[in-house]
Amino acid sequence: MLGDPAAGSPLRQSWLQRYLRLDGVLLSALLLLTGVGLGILYSAFDGHLLEVRKQLIRFVIAFGAMLVMAQISPATLRRWSPWVYGATLIMLLAVMAFGHIGKGAQRWLDLGFVRFQPSELMKLALPMTVAWFLSRHELPPRFPQVLIALVLILVPTALIAEQPDLGTAILVATAGFFVLYMAGLRWRLILGTIVALIPIGVLMWHFGMHDYQRRRVLTLFDPHSDPLGSGYHIIQSTIALGSGGVYGKGYLRGTQSHLDFLPERHTDFIFAVLGEEFGLMGAALLLLLYFLIIARGLYIGLCAQDTYSRLLACSLSLTFFVYVFVNIGMVSGLLPVVGVPLPLVSYGGTSMVTLLAAFGMLMSIHTHRKLWPS
Amino acid sequence: MQRRTVIKDRNAETRLLTNRILVAVIGILVGIGVLLGRLFYLQVVSHQHFATLSQENRVKLVAIPPNRGLIYDRNGILLADNRPSFRLVLTPEDVNDIEETLARLQEIIELSESDLNRFRELLPRSRRFEPIPLKFKLTEEEVARLAVNRHRFPGLDVRAELTRSYPWGELASHVIGYVGRISAQDLQRLEAQGKEANYRGTSHIGKLGIEHYYEDILHGQVGYEKVETNAVGRTIRVLERIAPVPGRDIHLSLDARLQAAAEAALEDYNGAIVAIDPRSGEVLAFVSRPTFDPNLFVNGIDLTTYQAYQNDPNRPLYNRALRGEYPPASTVKPFIGLAALHHKVIGANESIYCPGHFTLPNVDHRYRDWKRGGHGRLNLNEAVAQSCDVYFYDVAMRLGIDDLSAFMSYFGFGAPTGIDLNGERTGILPSREWKRRTRNQPWYHGETVITGIGQGFWLATPLQMAQATATMANRGQRVVPHLLRAVSEPGSDRPVPVPRRTSGEPVPVHDAKLWDHAIESMKNVIRIGTARRVGIDLSYSMAGKTGTAQVRSIAQNERYDASKLERRFHDHGLFIAFAPIEAPEIAVAVVAENGGSGSGVAAPIARKVIDTYMENKARHAR
Repeated sequence: MLGDPAAGSPLRQSWLQRYLRLDGVLLSALLLLTGVGLGILYSAFDGHLLEVRKQLIRFVIAFGAMLVMAQISPATLRRWSPWVYGATLIMLLAVMAFGHIGKGAQRWLDLGFVRFQPSELMKLALPMTVAWFLSRHELPPRFPQVLIALVLILVPTALIAEQPDLGTAILVATAGFFVLYMAGLRWRLILGTIVALIPIGVLMWHFGMHDYQRRRVLTLFDPHSDPLGSGYHIIQSTIALGSGGVYGKGYLRGTQSHLDFLPERHTDFIFAVLGEEFGLMGAALLLLLYFLIIARGLYIGLCAQDTYSRLLACSLSLTFFVYVFVNIGMVSGLLPVVGVPLPLVSYGGTSMVTLLAAFGMLMSIHTHRKLWPS
Repeated sequence: MQRRTVIKDRNAETRLLTNRILVAVIGILVGIGVLLGRLFYLQVVSHQHFATLSQENRVKLVAIPPNRGLIYDRNGILLADNRPSFRLVLTPEDVNDIEETLARLQEIIELSESDLNRFRELLPRSRRFEPIPLKFKLTEEEVARLAVNRHRFPGLDVRAELTRSYPWGELASHVIGYVGRISAQDLQRLEAQGKEANYRGTSHIGKLGIEHYYEDILHGQVGYEKVETNAVGRTIRVLERIAPVPGRDIHLSLDARLQAAAEAALEDYNGAIVAIDPRSGEVLAFVSRPTFDPNLFVNGIDLTTYQAYQNDPNRPLYNRALRGEYPPASTVKPFIGLAALHHKVIGANESIYCPGHFTLPNVDHRYRDWKRGGHGRLNLNEAVAQSCDVYFYDVAMRLGIDDLSAFMSYFGFGAPTGIDLNGERTGILPSREWKRRTRNQPWYHGETVITGIGQGFWLATPLQMAQATATMANRGQRVVPHLLRAVSEPGSDRPVPVPRRTSGEPVPVHDAKLWDHAIESMKNVIRIGTARRVGIDLSYSMAGKTGTAQVRSIAQNERYDASKLERRFHDHGLFIAFAPIEAPEIAVAVVAENGGSGSGVAAPIARKVIDTYMENKARHAR
């Protein structure tokens, strides 16, 4: 299912792998997912093709980014890692200084021709750098290395959280932690970190969070406490999912979405549209598709030939799962509304480019293997 | 493999990596399991619940209120109507420039400052697709002008709605009552009765009179439109429509022409007139004056007008016929006489000497007759005709309060008549038991004496007096006065008569001939007695009895002199009558407040009412 673990010989590489540096399995799964995503989006936009076409163009661009990334060899990527990280960090500081204010949060950097979200780039730059740093030393990392890695993780996380963009901050930090985890961070330290996070969380609650973020967490526990405010999203999305039942109401026949009851149905809450129209069956199939992609990513990590590639591939795959879990958990009312899109399905461009660029890296890692690694 | 120094490390690293990936995969599977579990809970376990919520989200029931039933008099004259009234509305989303539209509109129709202010207040609070009222109660000319210029004003609309209207204004307003906007209390009552669902969409409810009493007949059944709406409430399409069932029309026993004549006959006296058909109990006229305009109450009366009604010393909102309690005074004399004959305390031809006053043994107090020198000897017939007080003082003492009170209760005194109006008062029929119950005092003989002439504690409503008169006319058969004669389905011109309500048990008189004596005495009141002036040129036979009720007690050594008293202390004039004697068709009770005397004021009013009745009947016969 996931390919032959012994597939290391350049002789056995297909033309797709040899010339385009793409992984057939991953590519097929991603194309299938984007196809499904466009289909749901068509429904979420009440059959307006214009928006679907816009999204299709974004996909073309994002797949282009993936193709470009796939050409860059893991060795080159590794060499660039600290420079990319440093540059992104500077851009984050620039956003703080004179970033565009959109949606009450400073996230955007206007480069003249394009508006750009440095925090998105950090989703790639951070795991790259942590992987670069840890791969220079013997695994598992020792305490001083862990400490430095933590600093590498927490500085951009804090900057992003300050924007404020809690969702991205958590995802960026998670990507970094996954590198540490894959590098063999001791379980004792992991548990210790989790225990240490509790008081940090409490402090964050009181001093580090904006009112709207606090409200979102509170309404998670009781959405009906604010049925017309932030609880409205969760109430309407659970109604959409629940009323879908096992087989759903049928494609284009979801009443919650088509009669405007479901807010943000093109973006963060698109999973509710799928759940309403295709039911539990559709949702389970989508989860299966995500699982296939993640499993393929981990398999690529397993097959990778150097430490940097291994750490990066596994970390990116696990982060991808976190995306899926946080979004569906949020839409189904398990997690607070933190503003994480459903990867490769939600409407919007930036995160899609980042995601497919990451998959480009995975493909590069898989296709640049050599029979005899130098 | 090239760098020998790391060969061992690489193996360890691979083991480590495999290990961590395995744990991660388990973690991912657990995570996916959690999500699937949550989805299973939402989509399978709670599916029904959420399906309902989704349906409730989507489908809204829009109530369509039924048209209220109409009210007619017995001859089909419309007393309560639903009239179309027009309002001008503006739908913001269909108008490009609202201010410009308003400016152009004012060239066609006049918009008052308050109209514009209300509109501008509502505008930001309304949804873009909701019509906002711009002007109410458009005249027909305005409607026509708007219709002609319709193409110039997209987004403007004239909406018709039905408003309750009482075309005759003050006529019979105490009977018909009025509707008003549903209040918080009304809503509570409807909820308690489980009727609130039927009132979705209804704005008005009967507040008083027939409108209130027969609310259930008049209201009808609410209709529904099941519509699919989106999240902002805009109707996408109508899924289902259940038409409302209009309220049924009511045909009253009231004769509007007789009612109008009776109201006019009372002239400027405050008072009441009740006319009943003794055969059926149908109320033919029901007057309480002064009266009010029910149209003012339909859409909320303004405070000034309401306070004017409230503070008017004549109390126009007070239903005197139903709730006014007056001493029945001498009008009870035929009834007392009948009681005396029945209990055999006196013979029909037995006479009593009237010296002008009556005294009880061993008591100084003199019970005076209205005629200073006395009437001399008279029998029952003469005593009623002349309204001799002393005769009835004596007879009352012979009867005793217990028999007197028990016999009077057969005529309905002291008890509700059971008319189909709410808020009826019962008056007071004094008795030993009543006095002990309400005042915890024993009964005194002196109180029996004045009870004999309908004074003292005795109070009766004009309605009760009319009922008792009808019972007399019927020779003992009591009828329940009622206003509802027939009900018809909307659009049908065939009213279905309402079955007559069973009457109380007849007055037990040991010999039916005794009625002749009582009725004969009432006939003599008209022929030769106190009301002989109204008997002049009578084209039909009539029986009656005058009464004069003291408003202010006159001291032992004082005399009543109307010229020295304020009008509000003048005596009330009372008169009861029925006609024709042989086959009674109408029984009337008249109370003219501060009218001075029954014979002078009340009797001519009753005559006018009965005359009108007879004329109408003759006209119908032709």
